[in-house]
Amino acid sequence: MSSEKPVMIEFKDVHKYYGDYHALRGINATIRAGEFFSLLGPSGCGKTTLLRTIAGFEGISSGAVMIGGEDMADVPANQRPTNMVFQSYAIFPHLTVEENVGFGLRKDPRSKAEKAKAVEDALGMVGLKGFGARAAHALSGGQRQRVALARALILKPKVLLLDEPLSALDKKMREQMQVELIKLQRQVGITFILVTHDQEEALVMSDRIAVMFEGQIAQLADPETLYRRPASRKVADFIGTMNFLPAKILNEAGSKVEVDAQGFGKITLDGAQVMSAEGSEGGATVGFRPETLTILFDGQTGSDFESEAVVEEVVYYGDMTYYDIKIKGCDTAVRLSMRNVFGRPVLDIGTKTRVAWSAGALVLFR
Amino acid sequence: MNGGWFRIYAYGFLLFLYAPILLLPIFAFNDGAIVAFPLAGFTTKWFDQLWVEPALHQALKNSLIIAVSASILSTCLGIFAARASTRYNFPFKGGIIGMIMLPLVLPEIILAIALLVVLLGVGIPLSIYTVILGHVLVCTPFSIAVLTAAFQSLDKSLEEAAYDLGETPASTFRLIILPLVTPGIISSLLMTFTISLDEFLMAFFLAGTESTLPVYIFSQFRFPKSVPVVLALGTVLVVASIILLTIAEYFRRRGIAKTGGKDTGGFL
Amino acid sequence: MAQTAATKSNLPARAAPKQRSEAASGLLMVSPTAIYALLLLAAPLITIFTYSFLTDGYLTVELTPTIGSYVEAWTNEVYRVVMLRSLGVAMAVTLVTVVLAFPIAYYVSFYVEPSRKSLWLFLITIPFWTSYLIRVFLWKVILGFNGVVNSGLLGLGIIDEPLTFILYNTNAIVITLAHAYAPFAILPIFVALEKIDRSFLEAGRDLGESSFVTFFRVTLPLAMPGVISAVMIVFIPTIGDYVTPHLVGGPEGKMVANLVQVLYLKLDNYPLGSALAVSSMLLVGLVLVMATMQLAIFGYVFKRIAGQTQLILAIFTALAAAQALLAVVIALWLVTGNAPLTVVLGTAVHVVALLALRRKRSAL
Repeated sequence: MSSEKPVMIEFKDVHKYYGDYHALRGINATIRAGEFFSLLGPSGCGKTTLLRTIAGFEGISSGAVMIGGEDMADVPANQRPTNMVFQSYAIFPHLTVEENVGFGLRKDPRSKAEKAKAVEDALGMVGLKGFGARAAHALSGGQRQRVALARALILKPKVLLLDEPLSALDKKMREQMQVELIKLQRQVGITFILVTHDQEEALVMSDRIAVMFEGQIAQLADPETLYRRPASRKVADFIGTMNFLPAKILNEAGSKVEVDAQGFGKITLDGAQVMSAEGSEGGATVGFRPETLTILFDGQTGSDFESEAVVEEVVYYGDMTYYDIKIKGCDTAVRLSMRNVFGRPVLDIGTKTRVAWSAGALVLFR
Repeated sequence: MNGGWFRIYAYGFLLFLYAPILLLPIFAFNDGAIVAFPLAGFTTKWFDQLWVEPALHQALKNSLIIAVSASILSTCLGIFAARASTRYNFPFKGGIIGMIMLPLVLPEIILAIALLVVLLGVGIPLSIYTVILGHVLVCTPFSIAVLTAAFQSLDKSLEEAAYDLGETPASTFRLIILPLVTPGIISSLLMTFTISLDEFLMAFFLAGTESTLPVYIFSQFRFPKSVPVVLALGTVLVVASIILLTIAEYFRRRGIAKTGGKDTGGFL
Repeated sequence: MAQTAATKSNLPARAAPKQRSEAASGLLMVSPTAIYALLLLAAPLITIFTYSFLTDGYLTVELTPTIGSYVEAWTNEVYRVVMLRSLGVAMAVTLVTVVLAFPIAYYVSFYVEPSRKSLWLFLITIPFWTSYLIRVFLWKVILGFNGVVNSGLLGLGIIDEPLTFILYNTNAIVITLAHAYAPFAILPIFVALEKIDRSFLEAGRDLGESSFVTFFRVTLPLAMPGVISAVMIVFIPTIGDYVTPHLVGGPEGKMVANLVQVLYLKLDNYPLGSALAVSSMLLVGLVLVMATMQLAIFGYVFKRIAGQTQLILAIFTALAAAQALLAVVIALWLVTGNAPLTVVLGTAVHVVALLALRRKRSAL
């Protein structure tokens, strides 16, 4: 969706060392104007460091960070067209909400009244109208977060940087803020770059996601591609749940690969379904998401393939049920998820049933 | 378990701690030249004598000059060191800070003679200025202890946020850091003032022919008849110290509350 | 609109001031204080250290290097007795202060409501900040012939004549200094106790330990860093205290500081005064090193470190051997005067620790 938009940020072979520690190992990526972009990865993967190189809080050891086509090497943080929402929110505790939000307008030549109006508008935008006179330390976590957003957005930066902004909130509040942030981003139209370790959060909010491990980008793609076609076992493991079964490669013809996957038998896969096995131990495996495997209840017929299976474990979630099932011919159980539909029973442990899958849902890691 | 025995012990220990201070006013208002029981009746004459001792007034004046100078200088030095140690990592950090904090544990006699020897060797005449030099040395570690707490409760991202919002490092210091550590600075000033006012050994060695309050008090201990007056003076000093320290404690707590930190208590 | 996006990005790519490295910024920031300490603390200390190796001339110091002052300080009966007394007093003060302080710190940390802890700490520190001289002097009043203690005990009929062993001797010095340094001991222990995760203690009791055992196996080891700083912060300065021995010590209660003052100001013997000062610090250092090793051995025995057993055992055995040597050296010197129980006890404890180690080793 954003491929036609101009490039906002470009990383050119960015390396960062802390003494001997190689924190960023050759980052190459472009982020486009108006994109909601996420940096996703486990803690220590370098995602926050990368974000801070955009803000200018961290220098880089080699390479270049470009914003709007300009090399930022000599531009200090206070002159970059970026603003940041900090993980701790960094609300100035000795100032009121108004003074916090208007902090960046100190050198703005506009009149006092105009500035007050801008502050009021910014507070309105984040749903804090009327909170201006409150003391900062009297705010709740969610309110602090909104103040931090308003304080950053009032300066109309080209890029808004968000460093794990939702990690301090409880689950309900976090989900609510996710939706609000998406709406806000659409409303203001500026580039948002979000750092998170929560894969669900990244999938929900982002236009594109860069998954990072050990200072490198492992995959950069839109959420759907990331979920359906993870570039490696490592990425697949990190994002959502994926089942893996050992597979033997029988034939390669052009881009097509014929494999014999345990329990699934012979399947021909497309070139786009073949991924790196990085992060796995043994040989080749096929992977599939729990929801791509379907239990065939009485009278149903499978799509491409089907087989017999036994239910080994049942976990009931209300809207969903997770089953661990053992497909005939498999050594290990795989996880399967079914949406619960009225009138359809939840199967018991030990039930013999039939399951179906389609070749398109599989990914081969080799 | 509500700490029954511990509680009794704790109150007993407080009594032990406060015993001398509680006795002080008793003898300061006692109408007897000998400081011993039984008491001889109530009088304020020892306090009246405080007004007519020129040597005492000179000592007080010297002490105030020294205490004001030493508290300002040591707090300035404390700000630099506390800021450096809480914000930056630099080579030999432990060694440098350790050296600065050394007067906290080193016997004062060693500091005093060492300083005395060097000052005499360099040819600086002893005066209240040399006492100030010594007091700054003694007060700075305490100032650093107070200020480190104040700087530590400052979230680093507050500075980054200000910088991110377009401020320079200098204006960030003025707009964000300074207001947030001001209570700590006031607390440090009051505390170092109190320490300097009370410090004896450095002044004894470094004041030359000048005198400070503690040096004056020490010299009066030799004359039994002056002791009640000294105790009256002591009463005044103790009350003044307690007031100053209470104010210092108030500012220290306010500073921690302001930056949203958790009070771990204590000056040290 | 200096801060709007448009202006921000249109800034000429001016050469921003080269960002100073963190190390350089830190050093620059700390430099005023560091330079002050270097000139007025380090340099003077080095000077007296140097003086201690020079020869005393008449009203001058000659630049002939010698260890004569140290020989004098360590062999002359007068100096040796005073140093021994200072060490004994400092050890006694440390022991008394830390033992008295621990229950207070424990009470404030474990039994006082969190909102009232600051008040307690404030109350504990206040006496420390009030005129040291006058406080010491008042102990004279309390402990004196007609003092509070004696008149109280006489009044109650517990004694028939005033006690004399409580003033103008080392007992008086110990009491007075224990009082003066109490806050210094309480605060570090309190801080260490505060850091203990209370769930550890609950876990201890949950696992069936009595609260007594929990205290010795969980609380005390975790509070050890606080106890160690309390020991250091009391032990080092008390050995060099001047005012207390001067006021309440009497003629038989002089300590190192009083001798140093006389040597410097009255006798003008800088080298000997310096040697005495350096020696006392050396003594403090040695005792602290010994104590630290003792603790390390105990730590090993208590914690039962698993893995790397051979290496750790070797290290600890070496440390213990070094300590035994140290103890013997110090004891030998002291035996010529008066062998203090502390060293004997210390050696005994450490032999026990070694035996425990041996048993541990055979068990492994």
